Amino acid sequence: MKPFSYFCPATVDEAIQGYGEAQETRFIGGGTNLLDLMKMGVERPAHLIDIGRLPLMKISPHGDGVRIGALISNTDAANHELIRTRYPVLTEAILAGASPQLRNMATMGGNLLQRTRCYYFYDPSYQECNKRTPGSGCAAIDGYNRIHAVLGQSPQCIAVHPSDMCVALTALDAVVQVKGPHGERSINMTEFHRLPGDTPQVETNLQSGELITAIDLPSIPYGKQSHYLKIRDRHSYAFALVSVAVVLDADEDGTMRHVRIALGGVAHKPWRATKAEKALTGEKADKKTLRAAAEEELADAHGYEHNSFKIELAKRAIVRAVTTVVGGQQNG
Amino acid sequence: MDDLIGQPLDRIDGRVKVTGRAVYAYEHDVPNAAYAVMVVSSIANGRIASMDTRAAEQAQGVLLVITHQNSLKVPGAQNQSKTSPPGHAVQALQDDVVYYANQPIGVVVAETFADAIAGAQLVQVTYAPQPPQMDLESRLADAYAPDKAGGGGDPAASHRGDVQAGMAEAKKSIDYVYRTPFEVHNPMEPHATIAVWNAPDRLTIYDATQGVFSDRGRVASVFGLPPENVRVISPYLGGGFGSKGPVWSHVILAAMAAKQAKRPVKLAVTRPQMFGMLGCRSETRQAIAMGAKSDGAITALRDDTVSHTSMFGEFVEAASLPARMLYQSPNNSTSQRLVRSNIGQPSYMRAPGEASGTYGLEAAMDEMAYALKMDPVEFRLKNYAETDPEENKPWSSKSLRECYLQGAKHFGWSKRPLEPRSMQDGNALIGWGMATSVYPTRRSVSNASARLNVDGTFSVDAGTQDLGTGTYTIMTQVAAEAFGVDAKQVRFRLGDTILPQTPVSGGSQTAASTGSAVHLASQALREKLIQMAIRDARSPLSGLGAQDVILNKGRLYARSNPARGETFRELILRSGQPHVEAKAEAKPGAEKDHYSMYAFGAQFAEARVDADLGQIKVSRMVGCFGAGRILNAKTARSQFLGGMIWGISMALYEYAAVDKRLGRWVNNNLAEYHVPVNADIGKIEAIWVDEKDDHVNPIGAKGIGEIGITGAAAAIANAVFHATGKRVRDLPITLDKVML
Amino acid sequence: MDDQESKPALQVSRREFVEVAVVSGLAAGVPAAAQTPEIKPRIVNCTFTINKQKQELQIDPRVTLLDLLREHLKLTGTKKGCDHGQCGACTVLVDGRRINSCLTLAIMQNGREITTIEGLAAGSQLHPMQTAFIEHDGFQCGYCTPGQVCSAVALLDEVKAGAPSAVTPRMGEIRPIELSDDEIRERMSGNICRCGAYEGIVAAVREAAGRRRV
Repeated sequence: MKPFSYFCPATVDEAIQGYGEAQETRFIGGGTNLLDLMKMGVERPAHLIDIGRLPLMKISPHGDGVRIGALISNTDAANHELIRTRYPVLTEAILAGASPQLRNMATMGGNLLQRTRCYYFYDPSYQECNKRTPGSGCAAIDGYNRIHAVLGQSPQCIAVHPSDMCVALTALDAVVQVKGPHGERSINMTEFHRLPGDTPQVETNLQSGELITAIDLPSIPYGKQSHYLKIRDRHSYAFALVSVAVVLDADEDGTMRHVRIALGGVAHKPWRATKAEKALTGEKADKKTLRAAAEEELADAHGYEHNSFKIELAKRAIVRAVTTVVGGQQNG
Repeated sequence: MDDLIGQPLDRIDGRVKVTGRAVYAYEHDVPNAAYAVMVVSSIANGRIASMDTRAAEQAQGVLLVITHQNSLKVPGAQNQSKTSPPGHAVQALQDDVVYYANQPIGVVVAETFADAIAGAQLVQVTYAPQPPQMDLESRLADAYAPDKAGGGGDPAASHRGDVQAGMAEAKKSIDYVYRTPFEVHNPMEPHATIAVWNAPDRLTIYDATQGVFSDRGRVASVFGLPPENVRVISPYLGGGFGSKGPVWSHVILAAMAAKQAKRPVKLAVTRPQMFGMLGCRSETRQAIAMGAKSDGAITALRDDTVSHTSMFGEFVEAASLPARMLYQSPNNSTSQRLVRSNIGQPSYMRAPGEASGTYGLEAAMDEMAYALKMDPVEFRLKNYAETDPEENKPWSSKSLRECYLQGAKHFGWSKRPLEPRSMQDGNALIGWGMATSVYPTRRSVSNASARLNVDGTFSVDAGTQDLGTGTYTIMTQVAAEAFGVDAKQVRFRLGDTILPQTPVSGGSQTAASTGSAVHLASQALREKLIQMAIRDARSPLSGLGAQDVILNKGRLYARSNPARGETFRELILRSGQPHVEAKAEAKPGAEKDHYSMYAFGAQFAEARVDADLGQIKVSRMVGCFGAGRILNAKTARSQFLGGMIWGISMALYEYAAVDKRLGRWVNNNLAEYHVPVNADIGKIEAIWVDEKDDHVNPIGAKGIGEIGITGAAAAIANAVFHATGKRVRDLPITLDKVML
Repeated sequence: MDDQESKPALQVSRREFVEVAVVSGLAAGVPAAAQTPEIKPRIVNCTFTINKQKQELQIDPRVTLLDLLREHLKLTGTKKGCDHGQCGACTVLVDGRRINSCLTLAIMQNGREITTIEGLAAGSQLHPMQTAFIEHDGFQCGYCTPGQVCSAVALLDEVKAGAPSAVTPRMGEIRPIELSDDEIRERMSGNICRCGAYEGIVAAVREAAGRRRV
């Protein structure tokens, strides 16, 4: 790690002021991703602002929904009664990720900001990575790309967003509250992360110096009819190959009035499956309808030498996850 | 205490390990030690064009940056021959050649670890790269036949009968290629060395090594020192699995850095750096053809294996060896060939040869059984080798038949439907598979000493190592039983070259070699003490015959009258000596000329495979082994189970993912190089057949560290086939290979 | 959870911070790897309670909690297996919670109470989890063991508090956790054991939890 200065502010405003204009400043929350990247030499901040003591550690009812402070640990969010009873898919998703130790450290805001996962990005000794060095190329496209994206990628970058939590937040239409030098604003979860396009180095729409203060969950009366399905190479402590968050409202006869589906492990951002949602809304969840909806969602998917299986896997995962919820094996 | 050997004694080193007081290599408190971090190559083939070390040298706390341009020249590190074994050729910054990715090309020495690692990141390297050679399949035509194969120095090829005629005679036949990937040992303790020059020609090394004496010998030869000027210390070892057997480059570099920095230096290999310079299990390609009559008798078997070696040394992943001796096949041929690739030296990894070899062979056996519509156990029993078919020698002992039967019974094998894809539970397809385990029994020359101390306790010494295998515990048991004392009365020391010389802990030979030495030394001391007593007029045992004296419960007493006797303390105090000592050397005898010596076993696995998503779980596994005398039921069981879990890992999880363009393993971390976590393991049991083998060695132990992985991957692969009807012939069986 | 009272920030003055920020601002834009560090890592004062002992220390901010323990305080019971949060060998308890000490800067834990493997036993009396690990042979080489034991100790507290895991059925309902073997396995999956002592580890946790096999 390059030497850096360290500052531990007590208030949000102090943190934002401390950030200033410096390009090489980073906020550090749990540190589980940033420190990893600093050790690899991918992140080389000159200044660290430790936001771990800021008073953003509360979960409380907010309007009809719930507000989660940005510095709540992943563990505390997953365990919280308000989350478990109203948004169990978020609990499921968080608990499917990482390990108990990491979840104790990782914060909600930090999880939102974890960098995309790609072998070639994480190790600066690979010369080609448009994310680390814009214009240098993408080593993954013709390299070993089993874990990489099949949806929304660009010729510049095929890395995937590794978060489980964010997939659930996307399905839940969460809203990210941020505060920066120019004041406060809200960013919808679906707008928070970006597809790589020609600027894969920019992963979110957060502006320089902005600090995430909270995550708001809207009221979803059918939130218990939900499931997070994670498919991975080992049964725990592994990144998703494909994951699916489903929240839906089904009639007693199985007709789906509202459907929310998000995919993980397939794209540079948590992937809201709007096409599948549309295809399923108002329909009954029979295998044929589900398969058709999944086909539609993945119609534009494109795989590479080692990851094409993700396309079929994602389709089957959508079918399985929705079937699980409609079949009553959900969280309720 | 009569039967201390075999008892499930808790580990002697248990208490220090659960309290964090066991001191591993990097943890020895050496005053004034500086920290060293290696710089490694990012290309796999070529030369270093330039290294700019100025920024690193100026960085906070950096004391020294060593590259090939300013390194101490150590002629002994130079490569002698391209057929040198693992660990002989080291990359010690002697030239600008890059043979593989992650090769050491520099060392940064600094005041603190943070300074050293920051400094290492500032070293700028430019290369003159060449295209790397890493692919096996496209270079099969370039493969060459080595002289020997395997740790036992077996021939690289074998022939008996006429395979072509045997295949013609067959009613059914199969002919397939089985593949295993590159694997990396990844012990939890990263390799680490602390080097201290006590004088210009005297060196002490605290090293994570499986062989303190081989370490000493190699380091001494590299630095041109007499071996006795080098002391290697390794009391605890955080796993090794073969990777800590050879002496790799970092050990030499630690000593070199200490010499050049004129300070003690501690150097740990980082986890990403562990993928390359510390050996690996080579990728293998096993082409197996087999024919059988309709009654199941094998008529012919052929196994042609190709694996990689490095550009600068030679190691044969001898996967074809089991096909030579495991079944009574009258017409048999095997071969081993090698391709040279831009990889670090492939080397010994838990059951080298047999682990990969039993996967190919035992998967092929399963395919043959299906072709014949025979039960896989029945098929193996039909071809049971009553003697070694290759060597034409009797087995020293073989309980494989009992292993099949007991394992099958324990597992509930008789309820298995023959047809694949015939058991289901919800979304899970369920399958049962089995395979045979085999691993050779070897031993080497080993020494030990035993001493009665003036306080009546015993000290037993041997330089050997405990990788977690239970050496501390079983040696203590062997000695304590000889003296008829509680294990607490014996202090066993190991892991130091000032102790009696012992072989490397590899090839499952520590119990057989050093266990025998401890046994002989303890027996010698026992005899000495009996003689002291019966020849001493002041002893209550005076005048008795040696055979009339019993050692039990901490006393020596008369067989006819337990009240007539004395304690060890009384005996030694009266003698006036500070201690009484005996030494012994145990060495292989003629047993190898007369017998074929192997441990055998049978493994049974249940796989649950998600019918749509392909996710696989080994929900149940039973291994039954015949491995000679079991010295400690508790640690032995752990060794078997650990091996079986390695088999699960081999079957489903582990592989170093190759970027062939760059010649690099891209998943060089524990997040993406998957080894099993706790949640991956279902119900797993190891049982064994009591086996008395008087031929193998004085204590009758066959070695148990490696047998558990052999056959395990095949049993699981066969279970996955039984579950799904899909045969995957390249490991690991990841979900994409079964779902599509 | 209630809003925690914000703990006092580190005593690094605002003025110092700005001074440093200006100096290194000059270096911005230089490619990372080629950049010579222009600021010396400063030494920061910290206070920890480590195994019930209060320690006042001056540390380089770059030092991880793991390296502080192992290299500076010689508490080498906490192990470095990967240094990237991928193995769990470095698990310690901070304010009673298990974390990976490799992925946190020591300075970030200023003021906290840290328990390492050396602090679990009460004198010569082993913690029941340590005893259970020995009895059930929940290790071989022992290198992952301190992390496993610390993790297991925290696990029991988490279960007691009703925290669900990924394998807890119907986690949308608040109810006591039934500590099945599957629960133990999932909850111990952040600690890799390459020797494969998982069966013994599960048995040890089961026993320390005072439960028979489920």
